[in-house]
Amino acid sequence: MRHRLDLRIGPVTFRIGSDWRAPLAELERLYAPYPEPDGIADFTVRLEAERIWRRWIRPSVGIRGDHNLPDAAPLALRHGLLAAEMAMNLQMALGQRRFLLLHAATVERDGKALLMTGESGAGKSTLAALLGERGWRLMGDEFALVDLDTLALHPFPRMISLKNEAIGLFADAPPERLGPLLQDTPKGRIRHLRPCADAIARMDEPAPPAFILFPRFGRDFERAVRPVGAAEAFVRLTQASTNYIALGERGFEALTGLVAAAPAWGIDYSDTDGALALVEEVSR
Amino acid sequence: MRGSHILARLLADPASAELVRDWTSIFSMARAQSLLGSLGWRLEDQDLPEKAASILAVAQRDYESARTQSLWEAEMARRALAPLGVPVVLLKGTAYAAAGLDAGRGRSIGDLDILVPREALGEVQAALLAAGWEWVKEDEYDDLYYRRWMHELPPLIHKERDRMIDVHHTILPLTARLKPDAAALIEDSVEMDSGLRILSPPDMVIHSAAHLFADGDMAGGLRNLWDIDRLVRQFSEEPDFWSRLGERARRHQLEAATSRALRLATRLYGTPVEARLAGPRPALDLLFERRLLARDGWGRATRPILRFAFYVRSHWLRMPPLMLARHLWTKWRRPKKAASNV
Amino acid sequence: MLLDGLTILYHRPSGMTHILVTPAPEILAALGDAPADPEELLRRICERFEIEAEDAAEAVAARLAELEAAGLVRRA
Repeated sequence: MRHRLDLRIGPVTFRIGSDWRAPLAELERLYAPYPEPDGIADFTVRLEAERIWRRWIRPSVGIRGDHNLPDAAPLALRHGLLAAEMAMNLQMALGQRRFLLLHAATVERDGKALLMTGESGAGKSTLAALLGERGWRLMGDEFALVDLDTLALHPFPRMISLKNEAIGLFADAPPERLGPLLQDTPKGRIRHLRPCADAIARMDEPAPPAFILFPRFGRDFERAVRPVGAAEAFVRLTQASTNYIALGERGFEALTGLVAAAPAWGIDYSDTDGALALVEEVSR
Repeated sequence: MRGSHILARLLADPASAELVRDWTSIFSMARAQSLLGSLGWRLEDQDLPEKAASILAVAQRDYESARTQSLWEAEMARRALAPLGVPVVLLKGTAYAAAGLDAGRGRSIGDLDILVPREALGEVQAALLAAGWEWVKEDEYDDLYYRRWMHELPPLIHKERDRMIDVHHTILPLTARLKPDAAALIEDSVEMDSGLRILSPPDMVIHSAAHLFADGDMAGGLRNLWDIDRLVRQFSEEPDFWSRLGERARRHQLEAATSRALRLATRLYGTPVEARLAGPRPALDLLFERRLLARDGWGRATRPILRFAFYVRSHWLRMPPLMLARHLWTKWRRPKKAASNV
Repeated sequence: MLLDGLTILYHRPSGMTHILVTPAPEILAALGDAPADPEELLRRICERFEIEAEDAAEAVAARLAELEAAGLVRRA
């Protein structure tokens, strides 16, 4: 393809090809402090014009790669950075088989990893990003990678994707850590945030899972914490996994091991400060 | 080397792995053609860069669990159909895996394909519907088209397990001008311990050849040709394999497809074939070779004009021209669906 | 595998995970000894758990049908 960029995020290397320079230039700037990739890519991503003239006329970025969703809708070229991030996520969701993949955010402190998962809108990504600025190490805001042999969580600290109201919470972040503000994307307003230097420097350092949280957000929710039994946690995590079934018995061993090793809580919150306090409470 | 030549060569000659410079491109090409698992199996004993070896090892494990699930699906179909007492013949990937053939090693397996006698189609359909399978889509035109002209029932999907089954009663559409002898396919099929059946070795090769050329536009051709290479290498150890293959190909009116598949397999994978059956190589073979290798290092399909020609050709093979016009007209008038898996 | 009183089962031939509630695990255990027809199965379960056949018959039959649909139990 015309333009190419290779990125390594934790244990995963991507080769990204694009018909246009712009999306790769933005990626290059945001991922500048990341280590050099190690040669062979796990996944290839292609940002390509759906039709040849779409390179120039109302350019729209088709999301393709080693693994494809037949009905993945193209994005406008000005949302090219989002297209690239979505394309990388898609490869992980459809093609990752080396780890048990959970749609979950992870943070770590004192060698103990906290895994948060919930329906979209539960705020796991925002909570992880906030914790990442407050003494925790952000391991990932989107995917948790569970090691199939050791059950350790591997960091996957990609760009944090801040949505709508969450963008304002990070207005003070240094400008070099922020991507362009993307208006009117299919997911609303989006802005990417590069994780802290610490998260990037330690991205090859896994951590054992110590707690599982199922956060729920509602404006009128009473603040609440309740323990979640291992069987319920198991079922909810199978639903949060993109490759549990494909991994067969190894997935079963890893997930039962995970819920046996890490106690789980459900937390309800109505504001982020309250949620952060609950996280501190539970993890103590 | 251009296109997927290098991938074909790696499959045929694992030792050529030491020449590979760009593994990322190999893996993209292999994934685009569902050959990563097969490649993993072929390169098992080679000395590879650590990362390449790990990607292939993961692909092989992935294949193992996909294989388990496919064989289970076949077993569930067997349980649903056993009371009918009709022969049920597994086809393609599931058959290779169930029979433990080399062609099945690392091979991706999609839907479950079975062949049953045409006269049993009604009761087979009823038994599957009773056991939890349901129609994938209720679309009048497609439905009518399938029942009247295609060689299979419209696809069914199991409501709990979410897996598709294709029930065939012959191996080419009824509209195709060639008429394979479906009764003979079933008659000569071989029963396995489970009670399920697989095609006889020559029929399996012939079906694979028919599938390569007549089904679709050869988009997954390199993989289908790999099946043929593996089947032929394994079966040709039997002394009378070649004479039986020639005889059966004539009987099914599939001599031309079988011969061409053998010639292409020799060209791309170095398959040892009987020269008399393969026949001399016509100029047209070169176009087929180019079509099969039309994939670049990013996993993209190349040669759009050649691919379009093959797409038209595949429709033309399936239907007489007047019907083709009617079909393309109906397809064209309807809103375009998520562009076929071309 | 037992988690909070529920039986979570990985079924190797199918690659599927099943979550079983009483009396499904008991049915599987009773069949594990040796194959049985439905009457014999009901007798074994009632004997083991000291319950009346009338009380258990309906639940056992319903779970048995589910286990068959899931492929965990099959007719000989």
